[in-house]
Amino acid sequence: MSTPSRYWREIPQRYRLEANKCNRCKLIFFPPRLLCPECKNRDLEKTKLAEKGEVITYTIIRVPPAQFSDQAPYAVGIIELKDGVNLTGQIVDCAFDDIKIGMKVKLEFRKLFEQGHAGILCYGYKFVPD
Amino acid sequence: MRDVAVIGIGMTKWGELWKKSLRDIYVETALLALEDAGIDRIDSMYIGSMSSGLFVGQEHIASLLADYLGQLPVPATRVETACASGGLALRLGFMEVASGMSDVVLASGVEKMTDVGGDEATYALGTAADQEYEGYQGITFPGLYALIARAHMQKYGTTREQLAKVAVKNHHNGLKNPLAQYQFEITVEAVLNSVKVADPLNILDCSPITDGAAAAIICPADMARKMGKPLIKVIGTGHATDTIQISQRKDMTWLEATYQAAKQAYAMADKKPEDIDLIEVHDCFTIAEICVTEALGIVEKGKGGEAVEAGLTAMEGKIPVNTSGGLKSKGHPVGATGIAQVVEVTKQLRGEAGERQVKDARVGMTQNMGGSGGSSVVHILERE
Ligand SMILES: [Zn+2]
Repeated sequence: MSTPSRYWREIPQRYRLEANKCNRCKLIFFPPRLLCPECKNRDLEKTKLAEKGEVITYTIIRVPPAQFSDQAPYAVGIIELKDGVNLTGQIVDCAFDDIKIGMKVKLEFRKLFEQGHAGILCYGYKFVPD
Repeated sequence: MRDVAVIGIGMTKWGELWKKSLRDIYVETALLALEDAGIDRIDSMYIGSMSSGLFVGQEHIASLLADYLGQLPVPATRVETACASGGLALRLGFMEVASGMSDVVLASGVEKMTDVGGDEATYALGTAADQEYEGYQGITFPGLYALIARAHMQKYGTTREQLAKVAVKNHHNGLKNPLAQYQFEITVEAVLNSVKVADPLNILDCSPITDGAAAAIICPADMARKMGKPLIKVIGTGHATDTIQISQRKDMTWLEATYQAAKQAYAMADKKPEDIDLIEVHDCFTIAEICVTEALGIVEKGKGGEAVEAGLTAMEGKIPVNTSGGLKSKGHPVGATGIAQVVEVTKQLRGEAGERQVKDARVGMTQNMGGSGGSSVVHILERE
């Protein structure tokens, strides 16, 4: 099991959706990096992810990783947010048959899984119908 | 740079090899390659292994395997780029021989995957994805390829049946490969009705968990000529990277690393897609073969599904793909796969592929891929 620091240092982006905006090419990207993936510029500022977007692809996970075994089956998609950022996350609070490419969704803060029996509860973002 | 030739190949029957350890599987295979080359000493060795640490709890395997192979104190190097580790082992061996640093190099790969249970194997394979931003969200490896498949179906009209036909074709080819893990035919219906893993992919869209190794001995072409060996030259090599998180790619239906690696290999070999007689590609999932054939330029972008349906990539087709049975039927011990592709192409170019021999095969290609396409290694081989 990892030490809590591995979890703790991801909190700004996972809980507060902190992303970066490049001050040269204006690209917004997530997760934060030390240089802009497009123009390699290091002059970046913090910004918050747009919280709405649409599904660009999705799947239903039927055979899950161990720590997600009590949740399967569940939907995971790649969502294109309004600020142009793409990210991977679960799509919840809707029937699988209602999930379509182009479906409008928004980000919500949720519990993702538990790290073992005595481990920490891991939180982050999921997508729900908008 | 010196010309480089493959003078020995080795592979044993792949599968769930409960009785054999990683080191046994490896040594048995490497010895076959040494015997095939007619030599007993090497100058250096490379071993592709994705995750011996997670699969058998053992790191530092390069020295271990050099020892058990009776080759101490040769330099031995383990290389890792997820499922493309084997291909990378050949590329580094190639560089060492081509540069003149060494003459005889063993390029090899191994993975012992069944010493752990299913959950642990799933975890180990999952580490090839972005653990913090893909794995953390509950995605699995089949899940990542399922995301690619759905996007490809949406963008190009690729059908569920076309995906199934990749598996059917590769099992048909694997039937004629005595070393394949799964030597049986499957039907489109069987694929469509098999257990769902990550929609739209079912279990028969996925390559299996496998124990196995593969080995190739390379040396300068001039030395190979003096040994009177059939001259199978490595005439092109390419290696490229992409984001390991698929959501970060501009077009997730397009395998840019494979395209870039192929571009390098074609340029070095001075060949074009139409010069290639057969290809071994990384069909870890059915959708992967479709995307790879597009990235290699043997079919147009978006036409990979139609191509398999039309039989273009079948054994009797214009360009046979995965005559060995591919990862789907032959098995996928991740670190070994890239070298097994070279073993198959070398057999074909030597005319030793038996029942699955491609007539007059002279130029062959291998494409090995890491993760969901975050790395790719391509080689072109030619019989002189
Ligand atoms: Zn920038």
